[in-house]
Amino acid sequence: MTAVVSIPRAVLGGSLARFRGRLALSVGAIALGVALGFAVALVNASAVAEFTGAMKTLAGQADLEVRGPRNGFDETLFATLARDADIAVASPIVEIDARLEGRDESLRIYGIDAFRAAAVTPALVPSTDDPLDVLRPGIAFITPAVAAQLGVKSGDTITLQTGLRALPLRVAGLATAGTGERYAVMDIAAAQDAFARLGVLSRIDLRVRPGVPVAAVRDRLAATLPPGIAVAAPADNAATTTRMSRAYRVNLNVLALVALFTGGLLVFSTQALSVVRRRTQFALLRTLGLTRARLAALLVGEGVLVGIAGSTIGLVAGYALAYAMLRIVGADLGAGYFRGVAPALVVDPWAAVVFALMGVAIAAAGSFVPAREAARARPAAALKAGDEEQAFARLRSPLPGIALLVAGAAMTALPPVFALPIFGYLSIAALLVGTLLLVPRIAAFALRHAPAIRNAPIALAVAQLRATPGQAGVSLATIVASVSLMVSMAVMVASFRQSLDEWLTRVLPADMYVRAASAGDSAFLSPDDQQALRAIDGVTRTAFLRVQSVVLDPAQPRVALLARDLPRDDPGSALPLIGDSYARKRDDPPPAWISEALADFTAWRPGARIELPLAGKRAPFVVAGIWRDYARQQGSVVIDRSTYVALSGDDTATDAALWLAAGTGVGDARDRIEAALQGADRLAISTPGEIRSLSLRIFDRTFAVTYALLAVAIAIGLTGLSSSFGALVLARRREFGMLRHIGMTRRQIAAMLATEGLAVSGIGLAVGIALGFVMSLILIHVVNRQSFHWGMSVHVPWLPLVLLSVALLAAAVATTLVSARQAMSGDVVRAVKDDW
Amino acid sequence: MLDRISLDVAAGTLVAILGESGVGKSTLLNLIAGLDRPDAGTVTVAGRDLAKLDDDDLTIFRREHIGFVFQAFHVLPYLTVGQNVGLPLALLGYDTARAHARVAEMLAAVGLADRGDSMPRELSGGELQRTAIARALVHRPKLVLADEPTGNLDPTSAAGVIELLRDCVREAGASGVVVTHSRAAAAYADRVLMLTSSGLAETG
Repeated sequence: MTAVVSIPRAVLGGSLARFRGRLALSVGAIALGVALGFAVALVNASAVAEFTGAMKTLAGQADLEVRGPRNGFDETLFATLARDADIAVASPIVEIDARLEGRDESLRIYGIDAFRAAAVTPALVPSTDDPLDVLRPGIAFITPAVAAQLGVKSGDTITLQTGLRALPLRVAGLATAGTGERYAVMDIAAAQDAFARLGVLSRIDLRVRPGVPVAAVRDRLAATLPPGIAVAAPADNAATTTRMSRAYRVNLNVLALVALFTGGLLVFSTQALSVVRRRTQFALLRTLGLTRARLAALLVGEGVLVGIAGSTIGLVAGYALAYAMLRIVGADLGAGYFRGVAPALVVDPWAAVVFALMGVAIAAAGSFVPAREAARARPAAALKAGDEEQAFARLRSPLPGIALLVAGAAMTALPPVFALPIFGYLSIAALLVGTLLLVPRIAAFALRHAPAIRNAPIALAVAQLRATPGQAGVSLATIVASVSLMVSMAVMVASFRQSLDEWLTRVLPADMYVRAASAGDSAFLSPDDQQALRAIDGVTRTAFLRVQSVVLDPAQPRVALLARDLPRDDPGSALPLIGDSYARKRDDPPPAWISEALADFTAWRPGARIELPLAGKRAPFVVAGIWRDYARQQGSVVIDRSTYVALSGDDTATDAALWLAAGTGVGDARDRIEAALQGADRLAISTPGEIRSLSLRIFDRTFAVTYALLAVAIAIGLTGLSSSFGALVLARRREFGMLRHIGMTRRQIAAMLATEGLAVSGIGLAVGIALGFVMSLILIHVVNRQSFHWGMSVHVPWLPLVLLSVALLAAAVATTLVSARQAMSGDVVRAVKDDW
Repeated sequence: MLDRISLDVAAGTLVAILGESGVGKSTLLNLIAGLDRPDAGTVTVAGRDLAKLDDDDLTIFRREHIGFVFQAFHVLPYLTVGQNVGLPLALLGYDTARAHARVAEMLAAVGLADRGDSMPRELSGGELQRTAIARALVHRPKLVLADEPTGNLDPTSAAGVIELLRDCVREAGASGVVVTHSRAAAAYADRVLMLTSSGLAETG
């Protein structure tokens, strides 16, 4: 037997023994937050590493890359660049995303000049027994990942789509590539011929002569290249592409951090209540000579221990979760950014360190306020019963909360930072924390104005809450955080979904839609195909669309150029325009309608004179209006197709909208199209309803991970609510014992506690819903707008919110009653004799 | 623990029960209050056999007929002194005006007439116990039970409190039982009994 107990044991031992369940909950909450954050970070890191690795392989030793519109630029530029005195080697490349026959997916084809590519991108040049294979038409080399995906080997045939024709290619061997990279390589001339790209290149890789500054060459070339063609270092092009997905990845990381934050709140509520319950113990230890600083350090240390345990478990669970997510949801977590990439899980030690430290820091922060209060308490006062609420007195100052609310409101007006809505996130965080700090005051205000009720249990419940707004605030913190997050996300997602639905209805006015292929950019409708569609019996009207993409800014991804058949009398009426349109004047150039995203990137507004690169020339346009485009995050511009054909000479189309005569069914029209067009079985023919349901399914899949992360955050929050309710109720056993003595029945005490639970949850729900609405407006108008450049109208999902609120209130009352039953179990009347 | 105990307490009388720790003083109080049930025998309070009452009936019986004073006061920290005193009246459904008048009367009786709106944390130990006495008597119970009511008080306050309890019991015509191990406190009672393992016996 030892007669001397260590001070840490004296301070913490009681907590570990008495609050084991709640400490386990805290550890679990931190572990969950760390696991989610770490998993999302690992999946993102894996996807980006694989993608940039693939870009490096494909860029090889190129110092610069020349790129133009997606469907290519005039190959005469290659001769000019190859002759440039500063260029050692120029390697021309044709890139085509060709649809795989029988599948709704495409395969990236690189058409290369093997002799030149060997000097710049040797990884693209396949090694083969017969060196002439790399020059032969009808032959392709595929990467091992493609061979595995399609189940083919050397000597087999793969079939792709070009125009509306099938293109069989013999697999002559495997291209050297990283494990997850999916592409095929063939001779450039064969590719140009097979995919109707004669005289056109997609890219020219350049190696600069040794000793010549690359940047100087880049700047000189940039000034002389034809419009719409850009030159940049390969790394810059890769960064431009990964930047497109960055906002989405950052959003997921923020959601994971929200889960960690709610875990921190749970630690706070657990620690706050456990510290209050041990207040007299600490007062005694302080009386015996324990210093304030040591007591505070020990209690923060208790939080640190929770953080270390939670982080350790979280890192292991996060790794397992990332592994599962990569396999089940995919590298892009359902958003479709990294097609053609199937990455292996990359272990990122920095992410591990960062999330472990965050877990510990949040747990320590959750313990800090209760620890400080315990250390500051005057021992003499703390030894007296009824002093517990004083522990929360410092939380009642309104100034920090008001300051945070003001700062949060001000931050909504600030612009994005590095194209990310940093201030939007900070604004939401400030509003949330500010509200949490003000919650005790809000609760006190609401309770002060509660009607006087003579029923003793209800009157006692209201009196208890009125007198202890700080303690109620601890329970309220978790409920307000959970409800506000739930409401804000629900309103944002419902607004987005409803806006998307309305947008789809607006942009799909025809009876059926025909696309040259379900995937890739190798398919098209020739003028003959278009004429055949116009001539289909029962088709009263057709509108064709040519989708193209052009480089407007070398530092930005390509912008989609949509050349559409528009109504002559009011072309803008075919588009979901937002804001005012420009009334075109007689001497204005042709009109163009830009998307919200493009308006954000370029600051172009209706009436602005702009130039679009078409067929190597700058074509003048006037911005006639801004339209809403939920399909293209990188920005888009719509012009009339007749203008496009006149300027570019490209009279092919990629899509067609068909209006049917009364009495002509979609099935009839489909049959007639298949009879009239050769290769019509390769067309993707859909009704607006099918496109809508597919789009909404993709939308729901994209938000699946969002829902999952949010559900975890809410679950942690509600666990915190039940944990803090339970702790508060159990701490009042002596009170219940006295009330039983003086004649309160068990039912009356349960009614009193249910009233408290209902009142706290009701206040929490009201504050949480109000805050959630404000946060949803920031998500919609600031975060989403700055992240994805999509505007949307606000739609409130009333029914789900009402049902969730009722469920939450019921859960809160049930939790209170379970806690009450627990507190009343055993011989509660004897609790009047309980000491600590 | 307790065997062959018989106790009659006349109205207006305060009986003190002395005894060593662990002898069963508190158990005796719990039996009288119907908070414990005897293994054998009956407990009759105010003519009612407590063994025949279920939990709810016992609770209501306590509410109507018994007042309690505890060693640790058990004054609810979130109610004012006046609200604490009025708690039994609220449970009995008194109307507000009647309850206010009675609370004021009781606060005056225990010397806390001007502290009705104070919070318990503003009171001394002696004042808290006076509050508890007022609460125990506010609904005019037939029986007042006090378990070590002076255990947490200094000798001067203790004397004041026990004297007050006795006077209030007398004035209310209630029967009072106080268990204590303080002979000094017991000396203020009208009768003093000694509880030992062999039973309850009258002392000088």
